[in-house]
Amino acid sequence: MTSFFQSLGMTHDWAWFVSTICGILLIALPLMLSVAMIIYVDRKIWAAMALRRGPNVVGPFGLLQSFADGLKVFLQETIVPSAANKGLFLIAPVLTFSLALLAWAVIPFNSNAILADINVGLLYILAISSLGVYGTIMAGWASNSKYPFFSAMRASAQMISYEVSIGFIVICVVLWSGTFNLNGIVMAQKGHVFGIINGFVANPLLFPMWVMFLISSLAETQRAPFDLTEAESELVAGYQTEYSSMAFAAYWLGEYANVLLMCALNATLFWGGWLPPLDIPILYLVPGFIWFLLKVFFFFFVFSWVKATVPRYRYDQLMRLGWKVFLPVSLLFVVIVSGYLMATGHFA
Amino acid sequence: MTVAHLIKSFTLWEFVKAHWLTLKYFFRPKATINYPFEKNPLSPRFRGEHALRRYPNGEERCIACKLCEAICPAQAITIEAAPRVDGSRRTTRYDIDMTKCIYCGFCQEACPVDAIVEGPNFEYATETREELLYDKAKLLANGDKWERAIAANLEADAPYR
Repeated sequence: MTSFFQSLGMTHDWAWFVSTICGILLIALPLMLSVAMIIYVDRKIWAAMALRRGPNVVGPFGLLQSFADGLKVFLQETIVPSAANKGLFLIAPVLTFSLALLAWAVIPFNSNAILADINVGLLYILAISSLGVYGTIMAGWASNSKYPFFSAMRASAQMISYEVSIGFIVICVVLWSGTFNLNGIVMAQKGHVFGIINGFVANPLLFPMWVMFLISSLAETQRAPFDLTEAESELVAGYQTEYSSMAFAAYWLGEYANVLLMCALNATLFWGGWLPPLDIPILYLVPGFIWFLLKVFFFFFVFSWVKATVPRYRYDQLMRLGWKVFLPVSLLFVVIVSGYLMATGHFA
Repeated sequence: MTVAHLIKSFTLWEFVKAHWLTLKYFFRPKATINYPFEKNPLSPRFRGEHALRRYPNGEERCIACKLCEAICPAQAITIEAAPRVDGSRRTTRYDIDMTKCIYCGFCQEACPVDAIVEGPNFEYATETREELLYDKAKLLANGDKWERAIAANLEADAPYR
């Protein structure tokens, strides 16, 4: 895109600047729109599995429900509790929301459609998602209210615990693909199994890693069955209890942008990203980003499916799963995968 | 912990089964009705919004015996009575505080002349609280509006009383 702007008579620096801004808008605006739609889809899927109808009144099939909700939230008054730490209280939702958008910079939508094709894309994502804890903990602390505080404690402990095992799972993927670059990881999955299946997920050594990654990403985004942070029967509404109006909407959007990001990571790391599921030339006629979006949507369906199925975990069960099951098993698999790769001369 | 149990827990067998179940439910027809556009059938005994009925000749049924006021457990009914010009005893005031009413139906059970009844209407939400403080005129208007449905319901339920 830089060369296109250069051909309009800009210097290289300006062309790069303008094209990057365009790239950011090209990712962020459709992302916001899809977050709005995905909230609707979430409610519909959840309703259908409970034999309900879900939103069906606003617009055709209720498609405009999220926009109506957004308008309602937008027109509300922003209430800052008098005991709150005002600065932090207002920064926290902004932080959560912008971090949720930031991580999308390195997600490859197609072979060349990637905003920042950096070598350590995966590390960048891990770093950003670790920073996401701050948005939560700041909200809980700055609200100066006990339920948000408990919730923030839970959320931060939960996110940190599962990031550990996510780190090990990601190491297995990195070992196999030999790169931290997300586009490189996608390319490494081309014809990975029997030379025909695109995706690490069909690899018997990496399939359990994918299952664990899926479960960890549920915990990382605080989705059911790990939505203890907003366990409404105990903690009112979690760390966002004191938030209203646009600050609340920022949390709302950020949460779903994070969910979509985790879906995109599942697709990119294990299911071949923008590659078609099978390495057959005719499937490459469909553009890569369509395969990618289909996979992301499939994973979002899985997220909603899990939400509709599994009851909420207790906090000790959550911690036990994270530290006593996922951590040792993922550590074991790092050893097994690297041992296998050494034994078969993968690194040679 | 047996081997079977171990295999079950590591293959997440229970979760797979549960998700298969919810997936089957996903494709089932919906159980909820499309409320404002579709409505459930109501029993003739349904206790909805109150109404004061009239005789077919237009005379109001209520004789101001105050039995409904006496039996009302929520004390939602207020009645004042006086002789009318023709000498018959009638209510000068018949108020029901719909915000107090618990829809127990005791008033219609107590009524000796089937004057106060709870009709089939349940869609009378209002925007202000004051609109729910019904007076005699409102209740009589309700009676005129819903008379056909109320009469049909009373007739359908009569054999069981």
